[in-house]
Amino acid sequence: MTVDLTTRLAGVEFPNPVFTASGCAAAGQELSAFFDVASLGGVVTKSIMMAPRSGRATPRMAETPSGMVNSIGLQGPGIEAFLERDLAWLAASGARAVVSIAGGSVDEYTQLAQKLRGRPGIAMVEVNISCPNVEDRGQVFACDPSAASNVVDAVRRNTSTGVPVFAKLSPDVTDITEIARACVDAGADGLSVINTLLGMVIDTTTMRPVLGGVTGGLSGPAIRPVAVRCVWQVHAALPDVPILGMGGIRSGLDALEFLLAGASAVSVGTSVFGDPSAPVRVLRELEQALADRGIDRLADVVGLAHRPPDTYVPEDPDPVGDELVPASTEETA
Amino acid sequence: MPVQVTGEVVTVKRIGAYTAMTVTAPGIPELTRPGHFVGVQVGGPESSMLLRRAFALHDVQPRGVYGGTVQFVFAVHGKGTAWLAGRRPQDRLDLVGPLGRPFRLPAHPVNATLVGGGYGSAPLLPLARVLRERGCRVSFVLGAGSVDRLFGHLDAKRIADSIAVTTDDGSLGTRGRVSDVLPSVMARTDCDVVYACGPMAMLQAVAEQAAARGIASQVAVEESMACGIGVCMTCVLPVVGDDGLTRMVRSCVEGPVFPGDRVRWDDVGSVPPDTVGAVSAPGAHR
Repeated sequence: MTVDLTTRLAGVEFPNPVFTASGCAAAGQELSAFFDVASLGGVVTKSIMMAPRSGRATPRMAETPSGMVNSIGLQGPGIEAFLERDLAWLAASGARAVVSIAGGSVDEYTQLAQKLRGRPGIAMVEVNISCPNVEDRGQVFACDPSAASNVVDAVRRNTSTGVPVFAKLSPDVTDITEIARACVDAGADGLSVINTLLGMVIDTTTMRPVLGGVTGGLSGPAIRPVAVRCVWQVHAALPDVPILGMGGIRSGLDALEFLLAGASAVSVGTSVFGDPSAPVRVLRELEQALADRGIDRLADVVGLAHRPPDTYVPEDPDPVGDELVPASTEETA
Repeated sequence: MPVQVTGEVVTVKRIGAYTAMTVTAPGIPELTRPGHFVGVQVGGPESSMLLRRAFALHDVQPRGVYGGTVQFVFAVHGKGTAWLAGRRPQDRLDLVGPLGRPFRLPAHPVNATLVGGGYGSAPLLPLARVLRERGCRVSFVLGAGSVDRLFGHLDAKRIADSIAVTTDDGSLGTRGRVSDVLPSVMARTDCDVVYACGPMAMLQAVAEQAAARGIASQVAVEESMACGIGVCMTCVLPVVGDDGLTRMVRSCVEGPVFPGDRVRWDDVGSVPPDTVGAVSAPGAHR
């Protein structure tokens, strides 16, 4: 059985729904030793800022159960070197580049969008709004609806028509749908859900924080249920807004879970650190999982977990006795 | 270009305080040069430990009874290495390698001093063989806390023209550190180049002693890594480039071998203010 894996994100068609995740694939070149980056739906680049940036002091990483906490500090070459070297390489490789941008002010985001405008090879722009606003006491844009809205509005205004702008949401908020709505109202064509959760590890021998940056972003399978919940909530609130889902995806079934929650595509992030070929493996496994379920169109499963309890589904690949059981009647409920 | 392969454990040997593990790794030995390392997945496919462990390659065999094999040496430091030490022949391991930039070799026969701390000697033994094949004179200086934490000193004795051993407790060789004997070894052997692998403090001492005599050094650094392939930006340290500017460079792809006089040893663990792109403003960018 062949499965139609194509997916659409705000009018742009991608051959399949598996992308890399920002900060977990650099700009694709290193991973090309392990697979053809053009075979993925898209390559999401590490967030780029206007100026070169050294990042934070080491240690920058601590492994945690089924995850890791990182405090890299957006180390990067700056937009000019990125365009000249990284984006040019991605374009030449035939990859669909999703360029992630990060700024310390609305003005920096504006300038970044202007730099990207009209450049070939950019399929989408992802706005990393989990950055402190230097003009507002370091308040993180993603945690304030009006700050998030200002950034998204500025980027959308300065981005070519036909290039979707996705805002990447932080789960560290009281109501993620409130920020989601603010971003969409400001012109976001879609949402990336979710960024890392703020975490921390203390060394019990030195009795000090492990990370040079003290706190860092928690990622990996440990956060997957949080990410699935966020995708679920955002899709329920804004069913027509496309979602790029991410957070601890390690297998094809993990990816399927995000699609069922409402994502139209997924990013494989932290798993790449342990398994550089994870994105293509996840894609293969996802295709198999859909075929096993008798589903021949990926688009048919997007948001399927939201269907009413008595809705018919094609077939049960692994019958365990009962037909579909509404969640509310499960033993664990 | 590194490859990702599933290998099979051939032998697991306890050597003093260390474990030496030989694993089939089709495709990796042919590409490996002394100083390269491998990334090893630990805990199995469903492991809660997501990150690879990086080990310098000790011995590689492109062909043999088991096909191509690689050998690496490690000490049990935590759960990942404890799991690895518990592997048995025929267990499967996922490997990525060869990774990093190897030791650069001299174009002409020179007098080389190879300095290893603990199991840091592992990549130096194959290096010694290559240097000898190129007509170099090879002197070893190997040090450890105690004799059980020395690795490869018997092999080193066979390969090298001379060897000096130090232990902190005096259980073998001279009581003290490698830096206590290195100056006299460099002087006695008319040393042209120093190669070193071991703990960062030892590398700093070795690099500074070599530089003080105007001798070039190449050191393989130990930085904690998440991916080993250049995408995560975890394993960085401040290194001075050809243009004289300091950058936070990745030890996995731009190292692990660096010229000893390019590493800003006193600033390792921090971002010196004159680093390209140093951030002075506070804030938790991530």
